[in-house]
Amino acid sequence: MEFGFTTAAYVVAAVLFILSLGGLSGQESAKRAVWYGIVGMGLAVFATLIGPGAGLWWLSIILIAAGGMIGYQLASKVEMTQMPELVAGMHALVGLAAVFVGYNAHFELGNVMAMSPDGMLPLSKELAAGLDGFAALLAKKEGVEINILRVEASLGIWIGAVTFTGSVIAYGKLSGKVTSNATKLPGGHMLNASAAGISVLCLIWYLNSGAFLPLLILTIAALFIGYHLIMGIGGADMPVVVSMLNSYSGWAAAAIGFSLGNDLLIVVGALVGSSGAILSYIMCKAMNRSFVSVILGGFGGTAGPQMEVEGEQIAIDAEGVATALEEADSVIIIPGYGMAVAQAQQNVAELTRRLRAKGKEVRFAIHPVAGRLPGHMNVLLAEAKVPYDIVMEMDEINDDFPETDVAIVIGSNDIVNPAAQDDPNSPIAGMPVLECWKSKQVFVSKRGQGTGYSGIENPLFFKENTRMFYGDAKQSLDSLLNLIS
Amino acid sequence: MKIGTPKEVFDGENRVAMTPDSAKQLMKLGYECAIESGAGANAGFSDAVYKEAGVEVIKTPAALWKAVDIIAKVRQPNETELKRLTKDKTLISFFNPAGNEDGMAAAKAKGANVIAMEMVPRISRAQKMDALSSMANIAGYRAVIEAGNNFGRFFTGQITAAGKVPPAKVLVVGAGVAGLAAIGTSTSLGAITLAFDVRPEVAEQVESMGAEFVYLDFEEEQQDGAATGGYASVSSPEFREAQLAKFRELAPEVDIVITTALIPNREAPELWTEDMVAAMKPGSVIVDLAAEKGGNCKLTVMDEKIVTDNGVTIIGYTDFPSRMAAQASTLYATNIRHMMTDLTPEKDGQINHDMEDDVIRGATVTHQGEITFPPPPPKVAAIAAKPKETAPELTPEEKRAAEVAAFKAQTKQQVTLLAVGGALLLGVGLIAPASFMQHFIVFVLAVFVGFQVIWGVAHSLHTPLMAVTNAISSIIILGALMQIGSGSFLVILLAALSVFMAGINIFGGFLVTRRMLAMFQKS
Repeated sequence: MEFGFTTAAYVVAAVLFILSLGGLSGQESAKRAVWYGIVGMGLAVFATLIGPGAGLWWLSIILIAAGGMIGYQLASKVEMTQMPELVAGMHALVGLAAVFVGYNAHFELGNVMAMSPDGMLPLSKELAAGLDGFAALLAKKEGVEINILRVEASLGIWIGAVTFTGSVIAYGKLSGKVTSNATKLPGGHMLNASAAGISVLCLIWYLNSGAFLPLLILTIAALFIGYHLIMGIGGADMPVVVSMLNSYSGWAAAAIGFSLGNDLLIVVGALVGSSGAILSYIMCKAMNRSFVSVILGGFGGTAGPQMEVEGEQIAIDAEGVATALEEADSVIIIPGYGMAVAQAQQNVAELTRRLRAKGKEVRFAIHPVAGRLPGHMNVLLAEAKVPYDIVMEMDEINDDFPETDVAIVIGSNDIVNPAAQDDPNSPIAGMPVLECWKSKQVFVSKRGQGTGYSGIENPLFFKENTRMFYGDAKQSLDSLLNLIS
Repeated sequence: MKIGTPKEVFDGENRVAMTPDSAKQLMKLGYECAIESGAGANAGFSDAVYKEAGVEVIKTPAALWKAVDIIAKVRQPNETELKRLTKDKTLISFFNPAGNEDGMAAAKAKGANVIAMEMVPRISRAQKMDALSSMANIAGYRAVIEAGNNFGRFFTGQITAAGKVPPAKVLVVGAGVAGLAAIGTSTSLGAITLAFDVRPEVAEQVESMGAEFVYLDFEEEQQDGAATGGYASVSSPEFREAQLAKFRELAPEVDIVITTALIPNREAPELWTEDMVAAMKPGSVIVDLAAEKGGNCKLTVMDEKIVTDNGVTIIGYTDFPSRMAAQASTLYATNIRHMMTDLTPEKDGQINHDMEDDVIRGATVTHQGEITFPPPPPKVAAIAAKPKETAPELTPEEKRAAEVAAFKAQTKQQVTLLAVGGALLLGVGLIAPASFMQHFIVFVLAVFVGFQVIWGVAHSLHTPLMAVTNAISSIIILGALMQIGSGSFLVILLAALSVFMAGINIFGGFLVTRRMLAMFQKS
C-alpha cells in the first residue's frame, strides 16, 4: 500500500508541476500557478518521507525546517535588483546537492555489493530480504544495469559539479565580487577540452574498477570546467548563462533520477532542463548569437575594423530634459541594467506616474536581453508598481519610435546600439535592437562616457537627436523629478 | 538673417505673428528679429516689451519689409505687401493658395519663396507647426464663450433657493480640432454636450472629452477619415438623409448648436436647415464656425450676429482667433517658431529650404520663381493608422495551395523529427535493459511536455519562471530523502547536507516567486 501511495502522489505532483509551469503564460494565472508548484512539492516530499527507504524522518524534517528558515530569510530580504544573484546562488545549491546524492548512490552500491559473498549482484533472495528502498532496488540489478547506473550517477555528479562552480562564479560576477570581464586562463578552450577528456577517461576507469578515486577526479575536472566556462563569459551574456545553469541543474536532477530509479525526479528534472534550454535559446536569438559561441565564451571573430564613430556626445542638464518632457506627448522609456544597478526603478515609476497624470502617453520598451536575467526589467518595473500593460516587448513597440517625441534610455547600451544594423563589422551586427534613435529626441542617462559592459562603441550617443544626461541614474532622475511636478 | 513681422493690415485683425517670447527663441536659432511699431498692440504686446526682448522696432511697414529677409505674418498678404517681396525674401503666412492664384503668380513673378501655414501637412512630426489646428482650437473655445454670451441661461444645472435651473444642452457638429475644443469648453462649463461627426472613429475622442457621441441608425459602413489625411470628405446622400433626420429629432431639445463642419476646398455642407432653426426654442444660440465657407446653416450671415423671427440667435463671426488675440498670437508665433526651427537645422541663422523634407515641401507654395502648389502627397502616412494593408488578394485556389504547401512542409519536418527520434529510441531500446527503458520513456515524455509548456510562457514572466523552476529543481531532495535512512554514516551525512540545501532552495525559490508575481499589476 505504501509504495502504491507514493507512486500515486508522484503522478499528482508531476501534474501539478506541469500546471505550475504552464500557468506562467499569463500574469494573473501565474499567481495560481505558484501554489500548484508549492502543493506539488509538499506532496512529493510528504510521500517520500512516508514512502519506502526513508528513515530518520525526524532528522529530515528538522533539516528541511532549518533550510526553510534560511531560505525564507533570504527570499524575504532580497532586493529585486539582486534577483539574478539569488537565482544563480540557488542553482549552486541544487548542483551541490546533486553531487552529494550521486556520491551516495555510489556508496550505497558499494555497500550492497559488499553484502554479497562473491561481490557480485544480484543478491540472493535471503540476503536482499533485509534491505528496503534504494538498497533493495540495487540488490536486484544485474551487470549491464549496474554499469548504466554508474554512468547515470557519474553524469549526475558531473553536471551537478559544473552547475555548482558555474553558479558560484555567475553569482560572483552578478554581485560584482568577481570581475565581469571575460577572463580565461592561458590555454583557453584547450583546458576545457582536456578537462572534458579527463572526465571521459575517468568514467571508463570508474566503470571498470568501481573505485571512488576516478569519481573524485571526474568531479574535480567538472568543477574546473564549470569555473573556467563561466569565467570566460562576459557580463553582458549573463542572461544566457543563468538560464543555461538553470537548465543544467534540471538535467542533473534528471540524471540522478535515473540512477535512483525515481520517476518524479526524472520528470521534474526534464521539465526544468527543457525550460532552461528554451530560455537560453530565446535569449540567444534575441542577441543574434549562436548558442554554442555564448557557452564557449566570448564573441565570435569580427570580419574587419569597426566603423569609426564621428561627432561628439552632447550633454544636457536636468532642466533641458524636463522641458523636453513637458512638451512631449509620447514618451518611451528603455530601461537597462544601469537602472537596476542604480536602484532607480522607483524614480522611473514616479516619473511615469507624473507624466501620465499630465495626460502624456508613457510606455516602456523592454529588450529581451535587458538586464542580467531573462525578464529582469519586467520584475523591477513591477516592483515599482508600473502597470504591466504599458510595458511592451521589443516587437510590439519598435515600429512606434518614429511617432514618439522623446525616448529615454536609462542605463542600457547594446540593446539600443544602431551599429547592430548599420555596421556589418560590429560584434553585435544583426542583433535586433530597439530603434530609439528614430524618435524625435533621445535622452541617454548614463554614468559617463565609457563604452559599458561589452566594450562596444555606441553611435547612438553621437547622433544629432541624442543628448547625454550624465550621472548616476537615480540621482539624475531625482533632479529631474524636482523639476516635474 | 533677419526675421520681421509687420502690423497686420487686414481690417479687424488683432493677431501678430511674433511675440517677445517667440522672438527670444528665434534669436537662439541665430536670427535677428524686427517688428513694425505697434504690430503687437492689439494683442497686448507693446513696443517696449519687444525692445526689452531684443527685437528691433521699425517705424514703417515699407522700411520693415525692406530691412528683413524673412517676413512672418498672419493674414494672407494683400497686393501692396506682395509688391514688397523681392527675390531673396521668404514669406511665412497664411496664404490660401487654393483660392489665391493671383497672389501666387505675384510671388512667383517676384521670385520670393512663400510658405503657406495652412499647407503644413497633417503628420505627427508637423503638429507643432500646424497653425490651422492651433487657431481652430481657439475658435472652438471662443465659439462656446460667444454662445454663452448670447444665451440667457446658465450652462450648468443648479438647484438653488430661488428655484431649479436645468442644464443647457449643447450640440457640437463636427469633432475636428475646433469641435473637440468646443466640446471640452462646453463640458467644463457644465452643459450636457452632444457631438456628431461623420467619421465614426472620433467617437472615442468625443467620449474622452466627456461628451456623448450621437450615433446614426445607419447601416452602410461609415467612411474612414484616415484615408483623407484626417479631414472629413463628402458623404453619400443616404448618409446625409439619416444625419439630417437625427438633427431634426434633436433640434427642439438643444439650446446651443455649434457647427464646425468643413470639407477642404469646398463650400460648407448644409447641416442645420431652416426648419431645424424654426423648431428650436426661443433664446437658443447657433454658432456657425463654417460661416466663411457659406455656413453649415443657410441663415448664417458671415461676420454678423442675427436673430431669427422665432428668437434664435445665429452667430456667423469668422474672426474668433482674432477676438482672442493674445492667446492666438502666442500659439501662432510658436507655430512659426517651430517652422523656423525646421528650416534652420544648423541653428546658424541661415534658412536651409530643404525641398526634400515632407513638411517644408508641403507648405511651400512658391520656391525660386516656381509655383510649387499643390504639393505631392506626403511620403509619411497621415496621423491615423492606415487601414490594414490588404495584401494582394489571393484567389481561393492560391490560398488553398499555399496552405497545403505549408501543411506539407510542416508535416515533412515533423515526420522527419519523429522518425529520427523514434529510430534513436528504438536503438537505445535494443541495447538497454527494460528497467532503464521504462524510465527513459518517462524522461522523453517529460522533455516533450516541458518543451510544449514553456513556449507558452509570457516573455515578461521569464524571471519568475527561472525562480519557480529553480525552486522545483530542488526536487533532488527526494533522492536525498530516500538515501538518508539507509546506509553508513557518510551516506547519512551527505544526504543530510543535501536535504538541508534543497530545503533552502524550496522555500527561498517559491517565496521569491510569489513576491515577484504579487508585484505584477494592471493599471
